[in-house]
Amino acid sequence: MIEISHVNKWYTPSFQVLTDCTTSVTKGEVVVVCGPSGSGKSTLIKCVNALEPFQSGDISVDGTKVNDPKTNLPKLRSRVGMVFQHFELFPHLKIIDNLCLAQQKVLDRSRDKAMAKGMQLLERVGLKEQAQKYPANLSGGQQQRVAIARALAMDPIVMLFDEPTSALDPEMVSEVLDVMVDLAHEGMTMMVVTHEMGFARKVANRVIFMDRGEIVEDAAKEDFFGKPRSDRAQKFLSKILSH
Amino acid sequence: MFGNLDFDVIRRALPYLFYEGMTFTLTLTGLAALGGLVFGTALALMRLSGFKILGRIAGVYVDFMRSLPLVLVIFWFYFLVPYIGQWVTGASRPISVGAFASSLITFIMFEAAYFSEIMRAGIQSISRGQPAAANALGLTYAQTMRYVVLPQAFRNMLPVLITQTIVLFQDTSLVYVLSITDFLGAASKVAQRDGRLVEMYLFAAVVYFTISCIASFGVRRLQARIAIIR
Ligand SMILES: Nc1ncnc2c1ncn2[C@@H]1O[C@H](COP(=O)(O)OP(=O)(O)OP(=O)(O)O)[C@@H](O)[C@H]1O
Ligand SMILES: [Mg+2]
Repeated sequence: MIEISHVNKWYTPSFQVLTDCTTSVTKGEVVVVCGPSGSGKSTLIKCVNALEPFQSGDISVDGTKVNDPKTNLPKLRSRVGMVFQHFELFPHLKIIDNLCLAQQKVLDRSRDKAMAKGMQLLERVGLKEQAQKYPANLSGGQQQRVAIARALAMDPIVMLFDEPTSALDPEMVSEVLDVMVDLAHEGMTMMVVTHEMGFARKVANRVIFMDRGEIVEDAAKEDFFGKPRSDRAQKFLSKILSH
Repeated sequence: MFGNLDFDVIRRALPYLFYEGMTFTLTLTGLAALGGLVFGTALALMRLSGFKILGRIAGVYVDFMRSLPLVLVIFWFYFLVPYIGQWVTGASRPISVGAFASSLITFIMFEAAYFSEIMRAGIQSISRGQPAAANALGLTYAQTMRYVVLPQAFRNMLPVLITQTIVLFQDTSLVYVLSITDFLGAASKVAQRDGRLVEMYLFAAVVYFTISCIASFGVRRLQARIAIIR
């Protein structure tokens, strides 16, 4: 579903943020990406839907090359759901309109259809009563669930998550993770940057460990948690698991 | 000193002052603000676009407009527009442009320079995550601006935009150089005709002051409300 091969990216000529990154996510697979702060996880996941450009290598999603200038990026992105660390709901729109906007403008769905789909997804994440409120009136956990629903409203073929729970108060983490676990169980293809190792243990197929712009480890979950091969990954794991 | 003032002259002139004068002033203010906002937003988008040349053009335009006294622009524009029109359309004679059209175009062009700086600040105040989220949903650049970035920028900047419009409201009185009958022009005509300069200019001052004050008060209420929403 996602093929990443030999991707290199520089923010400035002297600062290489991604070095020869190669990995893939197959259909129905859940891949967790972890690593220390500044290691390039966000950058890598943003390259997948071309929110960030990269200088060399290739990424393709469902057979469409992301870095091909001829690719219709808005169309590709509409099929790739993305959830951000800081939710990024549109504060000037009601919750239901946050869910409807792209359905209507990008997928050309009628207002009625978009509303029906939106309400169905809000119900699914347990927030049907909040439809007429504005994002600022919701808690962080609720906002992130809305953000997930907003992405799902586009019927994505794959979902990208960039630290979806790290901006949340601890007591709200699980309500968001529950939604993600359900998604994984339903067979959604997911690439998830997170330090929630509980989530990784529960639903991940593979775990990728990044450090200083490189993919240091890319292993099946059992192997990764069993015994990471690299020192760096071991150190990182012991640090976050001891918390 | 106020003993021999005749305030009844104001009462008698009221219909003329307001139906003709104030109507013109408010129409000019409203249309110029609207046009200035649209044109100014376009300038702001040009400056923030990745295209260097576009940004440069907009930047030079804004700096140029802001370094000229408004009266001069109104004056010159009125005399130049017929010739510019002739040049553009290739007509054999200067195009005749009414004083209203001329002053409206001048104000739009002039205000656009100021509104563009306000909108630029407004757009820059939106976190980068917002357009990123819109793009990630598949919205194009134009849709992202139209539905996500500009509405928020506009809302955040509304108090400043209205304040600028109050300044514009006062500045429209400068059309007197074209002998147009705006509110001040009307007052001034009555003043000359009836020899009641003190009464009429006093009254004009009170009216400008009152309207501007009420608008400023409205802005402050609005600011408080926006602060709560955020
Ligand atoms: N737009 C940018 N311009 C320049 N440097 C950037 C930019 N965005 C990120 N960086 C740098 O690139 C490096 C990788 O950033 P990235 O956000 O991908 O890391 P991360 O692994 O997601 O970290 P975190 O866990 O803190 O989110 C960091 O050193 C960061 O400072
Ligand atoms: Mg990050």
